Amino acid sequence: MGAKTLYAKLWDEHVVHLDENGTALLYIDRQLVHEVTSPQAFEGLRLAGRRPWRVAANLAVPDHNVPTRDLAAGITDPVSKIQVETLDSNCAEFGITEFRMSDPRQGVVHVIGPEQGFTLPGTTVVCGDSHTSTHGAFGALAFGIGTSEVEHVLATQCLIQRKSKTLLISIDGQVGPGVTAKDIVLAIIGEIGTAGGTGSVIEFAGDAIRALSMEGRMTVCNMAIEAGARAGLIGVDEKTIDYLRGRPYAPAGDLFEQGAAHWRTLVSDPDAHFDRVVRMDAAKIQPQVTWGTSPEMVVPIDGQVPDPRDEQDPVRAEGIRRALDYMGLEAGTAIRDIRPDKIFIGSCTNSRIEDLRAAAEVVKGRKVADSIQLALVVPGSGLVKAQAEAEGLDRIFTEAGFEWREPGCSMCLAMNADRLEPGERCASTSNRNFEGRQGQGGRTHLVSPAMAAAAAVTGHFVDVREL
Amino acid sequence: MEPFQNFTGIVAPLDRSNVDTDAIIPKQFLKSIARTGFGPYLFDELRYLDHGEPGMDCTHRPVNPTFVLNDPRYANAQILLARENFGCGSSREHAPWAIADFGLRVIIAPSFADIFHNNCFKNGLLPIVLAPTIVDDLFARAGGPQALRVEVDLPGQVLVLDDGTRIAFEVDAGNKERLLKGLDDIGVTLEQGAAIRAYEERRRREAPWLFVAPPPGLGV
Repeated sequence: MGAKTLYAKLWDEHVVHLDENGTALLYIDRQLVHEVTSPQAFEGLRLAGRRPWRVAANLAVPDHNVPTRDLAAGITDPVSKIQVETLDSNCAEFGITEFRMSDPRQGVVHVIGPEQGFTLPGTTVVCGDSHTSTHGAFGALAFGIGTSEVEHVLATQCLIQRKSKTLLISIDGQVGPGVTAKDIVLAIIGEIGTAGGTGSVIEFAGDAIRALSMEGRMTVCNMAIEAGARAGLIGVDEKTIDYLRGRPYAPAGDLFEQGAAHWRTLVSDPDAHFDRVVRMDAAKIQPQVTWGTSPEMVVPIDGQVPDPRDEQDPVRAEGIRRALDYMGLEAGTAIRDIRPDKIFIGSCTNSRIEDLRAAAEVVKGRKVADSIQLALVVPGSGLVKAQAEAEGLDRIFTEAGFEWREPGCSMCLAMNADRLEPGERCASTSNRNFEGRQGQGGRTHLVSPAMAAAAAVTGHFVDVREL
Repeated sequence: MEPFQNFTGIVAPLDRSNVDTDAIIPKQFLKSIARTGFGPYLFDELRYLDHGEPGMDCTHRPVNPTFVLNDPRYANAQILLARENFGCGSSREHAPWAIADFGLRVIIAPSFADIFHNNCFKNGLLPIVLAPTIVDDLFARAGGPQALRVEVDLPGQVLVLDDGTRIAFEVDAGNKERLLKGLDDIGVTLEQGAAIRAYEERRRREAPWLFVAPPPGLGV
């Protein structure tokens, strides 16, 4: 057997059956479930009289619809309320563990999976949510699926899959101080485009990726989907293993060490073949800010809003024109001259403890600029919130004028009450700047937590390294 | 799922790239716990001039006259023509549910986002990938004063335009069979139940750390 990529190793370990038409029945070790993409799947089970194949393989949490304040009052939107209650009743009926809204462990599904040690190296992890790619940071094959597939996994513990192509993205050398995982992944998407990874699983490698904490690696893999990839992957090292030791759902004692011995093999072999390789120089990556309505519409902080007249391809030029119109921006505007109305620090991309620490470091001793109407910090989970409070981060934020909220998806997709009004501009640590994503007519600029904090205290985008 | 039948339908050209699933069905409609009823809200923010909310009666809402699906030429269109990376973003299956509920059955584009592409086949929708130059030509034809009518022949894997031009397309053999037979995937997979159980038994021996009992609950 020749040299194998990490993806090939994970794939081979999970094939239950190979069909003659080239598809594989792939075993799924872990499924995360949330309230938005699961009700129709449970209903399908009920209608067919089926039960979950392996109940313990599932972990559920409401996150998309949950309010981020006045939790005692419950959910006021009756439609959101029904959806969360439906998750509660479905999990109770089928015996699936759920961290309910009142549970201190509740949070964004892609934060709690790793936090609980539910996500383990060498597993297949799925969820009815595209940002499931996050879990690839642990050397797990993790990808988002639709509701029909959620039902399929519940009923059979398997999925019908076809093997993807492989794309290695190597970030060589080290990034400079003040340049974060978010900047790395935005720069990657700017380089290869939002369809650059379509049909592929991306493995992120190189010294700059190795140097990232697990939180940073999760940020990078989280946005693999924004590059169109089926999944993002990072090989296992001691950081991966140390992160998992002692987590509630991880194995303990000898079993952990047995697992760890196997996990250390979960890297691509040195001479493994990838279908495509992209190399980028880490030292050239600057703090990034998106200006448009697709994550690939991104430039360094020193950059300017592009001019559609400079674009040769007519479809792309029209895309830029439409984005400028939607974003209310003029071609040639310096990114530093763009002034957000709101600040959102949160989401499955950037709501972990390290993200909150990075933002708090910038905010400490400063005040949110008068021109900012609302600055929100939404921790990724109840446990992240408690940790941040133990470190005093909440006071740094609130003394500066930020609102310190309860965990949830919040203004990343505005399914709860946290949203932009038409025309409002937001510096956001989330993952999508699509039209209407944060509220109809809302204008999103994607940035790192430190850059969002810097915009909050100055009132405009600024290079955080200059503060 | 109903088996996919050949048909001849009108092509509606949606001339923008990177159409994301937030655009196909905005988030407020994801609060439904049903699988049906999304058609009236398909492309809600592009299609209507007011803000849509679930349960709204759409028959009297102000429509955006410049949006392709509001153009009388494309009334009752069954084929959507789109640009690169159609269906990117969120994994929401509400997107293909809305498209199918609206009455569309085929989407043609130079490329699709993976999850959306997968989701289509679970819902009787056929996504067809064609070369960018062919898609350009179809946009030119579909944008004329007379709507373009195309016959979709899935068993033959060919599109036949109204002037007789034939365009062959590729489709994964498994997905093709699934559409043509209207297969229930879960039922098919459960036929492999013995193989799944054998795999699990082997994994319990080889990777026992994957099967530890979950921690006790916090009593919430």
